[in-house]
Amino acid sequence: MEWIQQLVNGISLGSIYALIALGYTMVYGIIKLLNFAHGEVFMIGAFTGFYGITFLNLSFIPALILAMVVCSILGMLIERVAYRRLRRSTRIAALITAIGVSLFIQYVMIYFRGATPEAYPDIVPRQNIEFLGIKFNSQALFILLITIILMILLQYIVHRTKMGKAMRAVSLDMDAARLMGINVDNTISATFAIGSALAGAAGVIFGMYYTSIDPLMGLLPGIKAFVAAVLGGIGIIPGAMVGGFILGIVETGVSALGYSNWRDAAAFIILILILIFRPSGIFGKNTREKV
Amino acid sequence: MKTSGLKPLLQVNQLGIQFGGLKAVSEFNLQINKGELIGLIGPNGAGKTTVFNMLTGVYEPTEGDILFEGKKIHGLPPYKITRRGISRTFQNIRLFAELSVLDNVRIGYHTIAKNSLLSSIFRLPAHFSNEKEMRDKAIEFLKIFNLEHLKDETAKNLPYGMQRRLEIARALAAGPKLLLLDEPAAGMNPKETAELMDLIAFIREEFDLTILLIEHDMKLVMGICERISVLDHGLLIAEGSPEEIRNHPKVIEAYLGEEVGENHA
Amino acid sequence: MKTMKISRFWIFFITVLIVYGIGEFLIATGRIDSFYENLMITIAINIILAVSLHLVIGITGQLSIGHAGFFAIGAYFAAIFTMNMGLPFPVALILAGIVSAIAGFIVGMPSLRLRGDYLAIATLGFAEIIRIIFLNWEYVGGASGMTVTKMTTWQYSFIFLLITIIVIANFTNSRHGRACISIREDEIAADSMGINTTYYKVLAFVIGSLFAGIAGGLYSHNFYFLQPVNFGVLKSFDILIYVVLGGLGSMSGAIISATLLTLVSTYFQNFPEIRMVLYSLVLIIIMLYRPQGLMGSKEITDLFRRKKSVKGGPHYENIGT
Repeated sequence: MEWIQQLVNGISLGSIYALIALGYTMVYGIIKLLNFAHGEVFMIGAFTGFYGITFLNLSFIPALILAMVVCSILGMLIERVAYRRLRRSTRIAALITAIGVSLFIQYVMIYFRGATPEAYPDIVPRQNIEFLGIKFNSQALFILLITIILMILLQYIVHRTKMGKAMRAVSLDMDAARLMGINVDNTISATFAIGSALAGAAGVIFGMYYTSIDPLMGLLPGIKAFVAAVLGGIGIIPGAMVGGFILGIVETGVSALGYSNWRDAAAFIILILILIFRPSGIFGKNTREKV
Repeated sequence: MKTSGLKPLLQVNQLGIQFGGLKAVSEFNLQINKGELIGLIGPNGAGKTTVFNMLTGVYEPTEGDILFEGKKIHGLPPYKITRRGISRTFQNIRLFAELSVLDNVRIGYHTIAKNSLLSSIFRLPAHFSNEKEMRDKAIEFLKIFNLEHLKDETAKNLPYGMQRRLEIARALAAGPKLLLLDEPAAGMNPKETAELMDLIAFIREEFDLTILLIEHDMKLVMGICERISVLDHGLLIAEGSPEEIRNHPKVIEAYLGEEVGENHA
Repeated sequence: MKTMKISRFWIFFITVLIVYGIGEFLIATGRIDSFYENLMITIAINIILAVSLHLVIGITGQLSIGHAGFFAIGAYFAAIFTMNMGLPFPVALILAGIVSAIAGFIVGMPSLRLRGDYLAIATLGFAEIIRIIFLNWEYVGGASGMTVTKMTTWQYSFIFLLITIIVIANFTNSRHGRACISIREDEIAADSMGINTTYYKVLAFVIGSLFAGIAGGLYSHNFYFLQPVNFGVLKSFDILIYVVLGGLGSMSGAIISATLLTLVSTYFQNFPEIRMVLYSLVLIIIMLYRPQGLMGSKEITDLFRRKKSVKGGPHYENIGT
C-alpha cells in the first residue's frame, strides 16, 4: 500500500503546483504574458505566512489569509507598476520585464533579510492517520482539503460572479470587452489579485509541508507551475489544476522509484513531450494561423 | 492560346478539405493550360483563399489531388511547391514589413541563387557574384514595377497600392510558371485598378506566365480573364467564359443580394 | 558600391587591430594585472554568447531562452577533451563547439516547430534538462564539479571572438541570412518564397549553439573549477538580456550591451545584493521606457552612413489586445 501513500504525497505536491499554475494560467489567458514574477509572489506568500505565525502568533488559517491578502496586493502592484504600460508592447519586452520584476523581488528580499533559509514552524500537527490499513499523512490531507476549497471558490468566482464573467470576456477579446463597457484595467487587476492570492496560499502550504523557505525558493516551483499550466492547456483553469496534480504525482513517482536526482528533469521532459505532441495541452484546442 | 494536344499546366481533381467536421471546399476541379489567365470568383467565405492555400501547400487537402506539370504536388510543403514553379500573393498583404523594398524582392530570388552557406561565410567569389546578380535582377524588377526609386524604403512605409505591387514583384522574383494572385485589386481606387490590369497583362506577356487570380472587382475579372470559375459554399457552381458566367443562373443566384460588379474593399 | 564595401572592411580590420594591440600591449607590459585580463576574457566570452543568441533571436526571430544549456555543453565537453583526453586546447574548443552544435540540432529539430512563448519555455526546459544531466553525471563530478586547468588566455578569447563576429556577420549579410530575417518577418510569406523555413531556423539555432559551446570552453578553462550551478536559468536570462538590451536585430547592440553589463556587474561584484537589485531595476526601466533596446535595430555602422540600410528588428506580436 506504499504506492497509495506516495500518491497522496504526489497529490499534495501537485496541489501546490496547481495553486501556482492557476495564477499563471489566468494571467496568460488574459494578457498573454508569461509572468515569471509569479514564483516570487509565491515566495512572498511563504514569508508572509512565516512572519505572521512567528511574530503575530497567528494560527494557520489566519496566516494563510494574511498571505493571500498581501500577495493579492503585491500582484496588483506588479501589474500596475510594471505590466500595464507594456500592454501594447512586444512580447519579448514584456517577458524581459517579468524576468526583471522576478529578480527584483528576489534580491530586495535578500537585501533585507539575507539569503539564509528559514525553518517553518510546525503549525499543523504532523501525524499519521490510519484508514483501511493505509497510513495517511495528516498534513497531506489538510493540504488537499484547503486546495479543493480554494479551487471551488475560484470556480465560483469565475463562473458565477460578474467579475468572473468580465474576466472571461476580456480574455476572449479585450477590445470587444472594452466596447461592451467592461472596465478592462480593473478586470486585469482583479485577475492578478486572485492569481496572486492563490500563489500566496501555495507559499504558506509549501512552507508548512516542506518546512524550509528561502528567497530563491520561487524560481523552480514557478517554472514548474508554468509547465503544469502548459500541460493542462494554457489559459484553461481546470487544465491548470489537472496539470498541477499530474506533475506532482509524476515527480513524487520518480523520487519514489529512487531517481530523486532526476525529479526536476521529469517536469521538463513532460513539458517538452507535451509541446511536441500536443502543444495546446490536454484541454486545449488546436488553432491554426489564418492565412 | 495553345491548348489542344498539350498537357494542362495545372490539373486539380476532386479537391476537398475539412476543418474539424466542416467541409470548407469539396469536389473542386480546375484545369489551367499554359499561358491562360483564369479568374476564381465567389461570394465571401466561398472557399477561394482555401483553394489557394491548398494549391500552395499551406493547407494539406483531405481529398483529391493536384497535378502540376503532370506531377503530384499535394502534400508537399509550401517552399517545395514554390520551387516547382507556383508562387503567390496574399489577400492580407504579407510583405517583410521591416525590410527594404529591395530586400523583399531579393528574398524572392533566394531559390534561384545557388551559392552555398560556406561560400557566404567565407566570402568566396561565388557569394559576391550571386549577391551582385540578385541585386541587379531585383533592381531590374523594381524598374518594371516602377518601384526602383523606392528601393531603400521600408516596405511597411509604402502606400497600400504600392505594397500590392511590391508583393507581386516579390512573387515574380521566385520565378514562377504559375502565379496566384489573391485579390490583387483589393483596396485600390479605380485608377490604380486600371493600372494593375495593364501591369498584369504586361507581366503575363513579358514572363510567359500563367495566372490564376481571385478577385472581387468584377470589372477587373470580366475585363482580363479568359475563363472564370465560380465557387460558392465550397462547391464549384459554374465555369466558363466571362460572357457565360455573367448570364449563368446559378451565379446570379449565388450573388443574389450581392450585386454583380459591386466592389468589395 | 564597391568602394564602400572595401572601406567598411578596412574600418573593421583597423578596429580589430587597435583593440587587439591595446589588449596585447597592456598585458605584455604588465600594465594590467590578472584581474583585468580576466575581465577582458569574461567580456569576450559574454560577447560571443550575446552574438550567438542574437543570430537566433534577433535575426531569425526565434525566442530561445535556454542558451546557457549549450554554454554548459561546451564548457563540460571542452574540459573533458583537455583534462580527460589530453587534446590541445584549441582543438578541444572547436570539438566542444561541434558537440554543442549537435545538441543544438537535437534540441532545435523538435522545438523550432513551436512559436513564441511555447518555444521560449521549451528551450528553457531543455537547458534545465542539460544542467540536470551534468548534475547527475559522475564522470564530470556531478554536483561537486570537476577541476580544470586554466588555459584560456586573452589571445584565445580574442581570436574566437573575432571568428564568431565575422562568421555571424557574414552569414547575416548573405542570402542565407536574409532567408532567416524573412522568417522573422513573416514565416508564411517566407515559406511561400521558396525558403525552407525549418532548415534555416534549425541552421541558425545550430550556429548559435556552436558558438555558445566555444564560449563555454573558454569559460571552463578560465577558472579552475567547473560546476553545474553556473549554468542555471539565471545564466540563460543574462544572455537573453544582453541581446534584448542591445536592441533586437542589432549585432553591435548585443556587443555593446554585453560589454557594459559585464563591466557593471564586475564592479559591483562585492555587493551582490545591491548589484542584482540595481540590475533588475535598470532592466525594468529600460523595457518600460526604451523597449527597442539600446541600438534599436540599427548597427553602429549605420550611424556613420547617410543612407541607412534597412534591416529592421523583429516585431514579436504584441501582448494583450
